[in-house]
Amino acid sequence: MSNEPLLNVKNLKVTFNTPKGEVNAVRGVSFSLGRERLGIVGESGSGKSQTGRAILGLTAANGRITADELKFHDVDLANLTPKQWRKVRGARISMIMQDPKYSLNPVMTIGDQIIEAYREHHKVNAREARHRAIDMLEAVKIRDPERVFNSYPHEVSGGMGQRVMIAMMLIPEPELIIADEPTSALDVTVQLQVMAILDDLVRDRGMALIFISHDLHLVSSFCDRVLVMYQGHVVEELAASALHEAKHPYTKGLLNCLPKMDGDHSDLPILEREASWAEG
Amino acid sequence: MIEISKLNAWFDDHHVLKDVDISVPANGSFGLVGESGSGKSTVLRTITGLVDDWEGNILVNNKELGTTRDKTFYRLVQMVFQDPFGSLHPRHTIDRILTEPVNIHGLGNSDSRVVEALKQVGLDNSFRFRYPHQLSGGQRQRVAIARALILEPKVLLLDEPTSALDVSIQAEVLNLLSRLRRDLGLTYIMVSHDLAVVAHMCDDIAIMNHGRIVERATAGQLAEGSLEHPYSQQLYKAAGGYDRAVVDSFVDWD
Amino acid sequence: MNTQTTISKPGLKQWLTSDTPRSRLQAKCGRAWLGWIKFTENKLAMIGLSIVIGLILVTIFAPLLAPYDPLAADLANRIQPPGADHWFGTDQLGRDILSRLIYGAQYTLLIVGLVAITAAPLGLLVGTAAGFFGGWVDATLMRITDIFLAFPKLILALAFVSALGPGLENAILAIAITAWPPYARIARAETITVRKSDFIEAARLQGTSNMGLIIGHIMPMCMSSLVVRVTLDMAGMILIAAGLGFLGLGAQPPMPEWGAMVSDGRQFLLEQWWVATVPGIAIFVVSLGFNLLGDGLRDVLDPRGGD
Repeated sequence: MSNEPLLNVKNLKVTFNTPKGEVNAVRGVSFSLGRERLGIVGESGSGKSQTGRAILGLTAANGRITADELKFHDVDLANLTPKQWRKVRGARISMIMQDPKYSLNPVMTIGDQIIEAYREHHKVNAREARHRAIDMLEAVKIRDPERVFNSYPHEVSGGMGQRVMIAMMLIPEPELIIADEPTSALDVTVQLQVMAILDDLVRDRGMALIFISHDLHLVSSFCDRVLVMYQGHVVEELAASALHEAKHPYTKGLLNCLPKMDGDHSDLPILEREASWAEG
Repeated sequence: MIEISKLNAWFDDHHVLKDVDISVPANGSFGLVGESGSGKSTVLRTITGLVDDWEGNILVNNKELGTTRDKTFYRLVQMVFQDPFGSLHPRHTIDRILTEPVNIHGLGNSDSRVVEALKQVGLDNSFRFRYPHQLSGGQRQRVAIARALILEPKVLLLDEPTSALDVSIQAEVLNLLSRLRRDLGLTYIMVSHDLAVVAHMCDDIAIMNHGRIVERATAGQLAEGSLEHPYSQQLYKAAGGYDRAVVDSFVDWD
Repeated sequence: MNTQTTISKPGLKQWLTSDTPRSRLQAKCGRAWLGWIKFTENKLAMIGLSIVIGLILVTIFAPLLAPYDPLAADLANRIQPPGADHWFGTDQLGRDILSRLIYGAQYTLLIVGLVAITAAPLGLLVGTAAGFFGGWVDATLMRITDIFLAFPKLILALAFVSALGPGLENAILAIAITAWPPYARIARAETITVRKSDFIEAARLQGTSNMGLIIGHIMPMCMSSLVVRVTLDMAGMILIAAGLGFLGLGAQPPMPEWGAMVSDGRQFLLEQWWVATVPGIAIFVVSLGFNLLGDGLRDVLDPRGGD
């Protein structure tokens, strides 16, 4: 599965300078990623999104990224110039975000956006780019690609918009995709359909995937490995298939407090937070 | 307690509710499950009088509802909204948010009522004069519940009350809602897209799709997984996490 | 709901920054305090505030500050250049320009203040009513607003003053009539954004009347944008007042209104520049002050920046 890691992260820290003082969003996260699917799970404030953004250098202006190592193959991601980032983002590492309502440009047609994403990294003429864009829309199982190509983002449904986002992010054929809650804004059945598309594309193209989500079950049924984050730390790392053998009380607590469909109406177990978990 | 029969509703020519029948006994808990566009939230909004174009019969506490709602209705039926960030006025303190309904209905003793309401939802007095942005999502939702309860209603309409909350906070809020129903003898209609939440909280469940109820089940039947309608089965399987075989079996219900 | 009666210096700060306020007053003060802290970080905004405070102080203490009677003519000393006796020189009737400037500040503040407290509430009322009720109420009110907006402010003010007759009160009225439409627009836009919010629906479900919703729930949401816009507009109001004064349609002689002073000094502009230029600079400085203050307020009050 994974021979040599694509991504090496050691002791990643992200700190924000806010009017109320310093906020440590990520406090020393380490992991390596091969050609596999890694899930990062946590609740709000766990730092999972900020970890994903830090890898792509997308942290907000008032944030500071430090790491002992933050390498993608040989590229040191912690010290890239904007020009160097343009070669990495999209072409080698791509990001899919949560809500297509906000991540797609509302004043450009879908087709134009996909073409723009493609031509950013490939020198082709307009006709070839259009052809590739339509192909990509078909690859994400959009039944009427020509019509969607000419539509604006607000004219398509949420699930379709997310598929467009996937098309746009995968068309330059990156090696690593970071998906930040890509299906959280979607209905449950649409969620699974979109994930199936992602499943196929990632497998067919041999991409590595980091899947960030708050949904532990979804992540463990889709990914190979799971990192559980709490308040900026990784509290547990386990194989997705071994979820029921989780050892850390936070992970176990998270699994237990979910309502089940077993007809039991008694109170759900509450997660009792320990201060020691936040110290990693 | 609540009897809805042959409810139909329209938004600008779109037929959004089609012959919906719902019956909820006093102190019962009824769940409406569906995806977006199923009309589940519209049912609640029709009860509260926020929908203009509807037909059918709605009886709450044996009284038929017409086009408008009055103060006696608001003391009977209250609602908790989905978005904890949007349902509290950003410029009002919690105290004001809770005192306003007391004053509108002339209930008096606002001071002690506010303190009691906060206690009921597990918030201490330090929250009383804060602003919503100083509270976490779970705390805001508790305030929303306190606000709904301060008028001492008999019926609570819950519109996806925990969808925007972290899973661990959701558990706390769901437990709170269960306890309140027991202690205060409330009747609930809960709307959610999450089958597990509804199965846990409700006695009877209706599954909606495109404005129609496609299947009814009790919590027990749901536990056994004995659903008959193909759409319900699809929804049930989707709740089990990502499974390729399951996804491939999905049918588009458009 | 107690507030401390004996508050020492460190106690006050603690009271303001407390995480758990004990009364609505404390909560409101705390919030205002945080806003103030943020405001003071903006140097330009503080300059603007100082200028405005300076204007207010000059207005209040005019009789103490002015060395001469602004209306006392001294024909023997006409058009003296700035010097030791008269810091800004004298005008064509021998009146001390500095004293006239100081007393003139009262007119400036009067105009700006009266216009703000009449036009802003009017605009707010019209805008929130239009946005809240929609339908024909909205259409009617907005068409009326459009009619007023169609004319350039100065022209409209001129038209009103000509119809009403020259004079300071009429000038103020005319400026107020031209100033309210943009506030109505702003209030309406905010109202439309806010009226579909869950907290409005929740308030309705508690039995809040329409009036209660508009005044208690919707208007507070409009206040930030409105305050910023009104402050920024003050510079414009000063200029229109000065323009009307310049044309002889505002304050009538011998009132030392700044615009009229500029007009009087026109004929001497080339050689006795100070008669027109000094009041001109005063107009400029005060307008700048309001602009900087408005910008600073916007940074603090901008709802999109969060609270």
